[in-house]
Amino acid sequence: MKAIEDQIANKYKHGFVTDIDSDTLPPGLNEDVIRHISRIKNEPQFLLDFRLKAFAHWKTLPKPDWAKLNIEPIDYQAISYYSAPKIDENAPKSLDEVDPKLLETYDKLGIPLHERARLAGVAVDAVFDSVSVATTFKDTLHKAGVIFGSFSEAAQNYPELIEEYLGTVVPIEDNFFAALNSAVFTDGSFVYIPKGVRCPMELSTYFRINAANTGQFERTLIIADEGSHVSYLEGCTAPMRDENQLHAAVVELVAQKDAEIKYSTVQNWYPGDENGVGGIYNFVTKRGDCRGDRSKISWTQVETGSAITWKYPSCLLKGDDSVGEFYSVAVTNNYQQADTGTKMIHIGKNTKSTIIAKGISAGKSNSSYRGLVKILPSAENARNYSQCDSLLMGSTCGAHTFPYIEAKNPTAKIEHEATTSKVSDDQLFYCRQRGISEEDAVNMIVNGFCKSVFQELPMEFAVEAQALLAVSLEGAVG
Amino acid sequence: MLEIKNLQASIENNKILNGINLSIKAGEVHAIMGPNGSGKSTLASVLAGRTEYEITGGSVTFNGKDLFDLEIEERAREGLFLAFQYPQEIPGVNNVYLLKAAVNAVRKHRGQDEFDAYDFLSLVKEKVKFMEMDEKFLHRGVNEGFSGGEKKRNEILQMLMLEPQLAVLDETDSGLDIDALKVVSKGVNAMRSEERGILMVTHYQRLLDYIKPDFVHVLVNGKIVKSGDHTLALELEAKGYDWLLDAEAA
Ligand SMILES: Nc1ncnc2c1ncn2[C@@H]1O[C@H](COP(=O)(O)OP(=O)(O)O)[C@@H](O)[C@H]1O
Ligand SMILES: [Mg+2]
Repeated sequence: MKAIEDQIANKYKHGFVTDIDSDTLPPGLNEDVIRHISRIKNEPQFLLDFRLKAFAHWKTLPKPDWAKLNIEPIDYQAISYYSAPKIDENAPKSLDEVDPKLLETYDKLGIPLHERARLAGVAVDAVFDSVSVATTFKDTLHKAGVIFGSFSEAAQNYPELIEEYLGTVVPIEDNFFAALNSAVFTDGSFVYIPKGVRCPMELSTYFRINAANTGQFERTLIIADEGSHVSYLEGCTAPMRDENQLHAAVVELVAQKDAEIKYSTVQNWYPGDENGVGGIYNFVTKRGDCRGDRSKISWTQVETGSAITWKYPSCLLKGDDSVGEFYSVAVTNNYQQADTGTKMIHIGKNTKSTIIAKGISAGKSNSSYRGLVKILPSAENARNYSQCDSLLMGSTCGAHTFPYIEAKNPTAKIEHEATTSKVSDDQLFYCRQRGISEEDAVNMIVNGFCKSVFQELPMEFAVEAQALLAVSLEGAVG
Repeated sequence: MLEIKNLQASIENNKILNGINLSIKAGEVHAIMGPNGSGKSTLASVLAGRTEYEITGGSVTFNGKDLFDLEIEERAREGLFLAFQYPQEIPGVNNVYLLKAAVNAVRKHRGQDEFDAYDFLSLVKEKVKFMEMDEKFLHRGVNEGFSGGEKKRNEILQMLMLEPQLAVLDETDSGLDIDALKVVSKGVNAMRSEERGILMVTHYQRLLDYIKPDFVHVLVNGKIVKSGDHTLALELEAKGYDWLLDAEAA
């Protein structure tokens, strides 16, 4: 076997730019820009107030500095905060009204906007840069009473729901990027599942970053009312670019009594080339609030993209007997840096959390896992199980695990396991001696490593995740 | 089908194989015996293509092809099978999944259609039964948490599915209790045929009570110092290896 390090190369399949006119604000951030965004979107007053309050707070915050990440300072005044595909006065009402070039882009990405066989049964709310352009399967969902659409639309049609829930899980003061997002978010998805309703299909959103130098600031809000159930899929791809692009999304989930939310992400943003040039900066605040008793929120994520990822999907386990889960596969290659993990905050009695984190590092990449398990004094009989496994490919990459545990109630039971392994020459030799090519053998071994996470993904997503893993690690072992 | 001529190999500048000559024809069963550290596993690994070893001299042809021109997986697809002394664990990869990928890779190479899922599964189940294994082993991770004996049975199961031209068995008897030894031997004997060659590497002669070889070779310090028929194994059992070590040193 040739030296592993020799062979590290990466191909990014989705690197192309759609040539359409964008309605883009000049770079820079001030109150006027925020008012402008709010005006374009014809927002209710409370939303503008929310934004301005967030902006005022953001200005007081120092720029973040993370020990493990090596980040060029970001110039927030060099970013444009709004970009929309040029369309007529009104957003398209159906696919026929959508710019054919845009549809072509989706086509290349393999996004099933129409009822295509592959993802039949999945409703897609596609976000192209900052504006939602199309939504499918609305009828079926409408009959079930499910609200699923763009955030801007919801702000028009269901302002009372937004006002009630927005910022209640991730307050504007939460962190630097959450404050920034709250000030300038452009669009995102909104989901409301009424009491007792089991959402009749998986909900899906594909994000895509297109116009150069536009930050993406999605805002997603998912509310599962009492006894309801929803599974939501988020997937991302981005075109190739030389400038680093900032992405700072906020996702808020609320699960009321007996409700369950399953949130799955397959993330494939452009990670930069093999020299570490370009790629997306991804700073995301994702948090789920298990507000009611016996509620459950589970995060499953497969991360292969971004130059820099900073992301900790978290659960606030407030309701008694509520359950939080985090299943994650993070792949880094070349010069990628990932700092991910989760936070499980146990507040209610008998709350339970499970963390399974798998990190795969290749090339000169670095990944850090940080897990915080916090048991508050009120959390009688809380339980946590954490397992963090790292797989190294080659000798120039690194993986670091930082479990933080704060137990303030003596009845807490916390278990933590961590392993680091390598794709070994012996395993590869064994597979190849059985006639399996080296590339297939690597995929097989890596997929085996990720199995306990992949089996949490919805079926069709699991297949995509495996394919994505194969692409991201192409040539990582030679 | 296998011609080994004056084969020499070293690892980290230590010469391990010092000129091995061995010819195996279809239908023959050969046993290589020798003390620990004499180079038996090295020979098996070099044949299978482990790249840690440097070939410093000699040649090996397999069905007329220069073995050293072929990649590891190409040798396997051409029909060379190695039952490992220490089979690898591959966590999370279904045993049956690996088996299917392996069988289909070999079939593809032979110009045969890939097995469909149903045919494949019924064949595997038949072989699993023959090896007196529990079907649940199919759905566990490859060798993951298997006992020593279960790993060896699993190696033979793979061999039965892959139907190799030449099977090299490295210490397949080690670590087996008598019942497991019988089952493993049954598997190997089922593979004996006019078209197939078998090379068994073993430290003890007890395996040869169950699988009677046509030829027995004694490997000492990386060299075959004596060859004979199966009675040579009995002689070794009685006298040990020391007399041969002395002969070699002399
Ligand atoms: N990786 C290695 N580095 C150095 N010496 C090795 C290595 N592998 C095997 N050897 C040596 O090669 C010799 C033969 O080993 P092996 O072929 O495993 O013997 P056997 O299978 O007959 O017991 C031994 O002396 C062993 O120590
Ligand atoms: Mg040996």
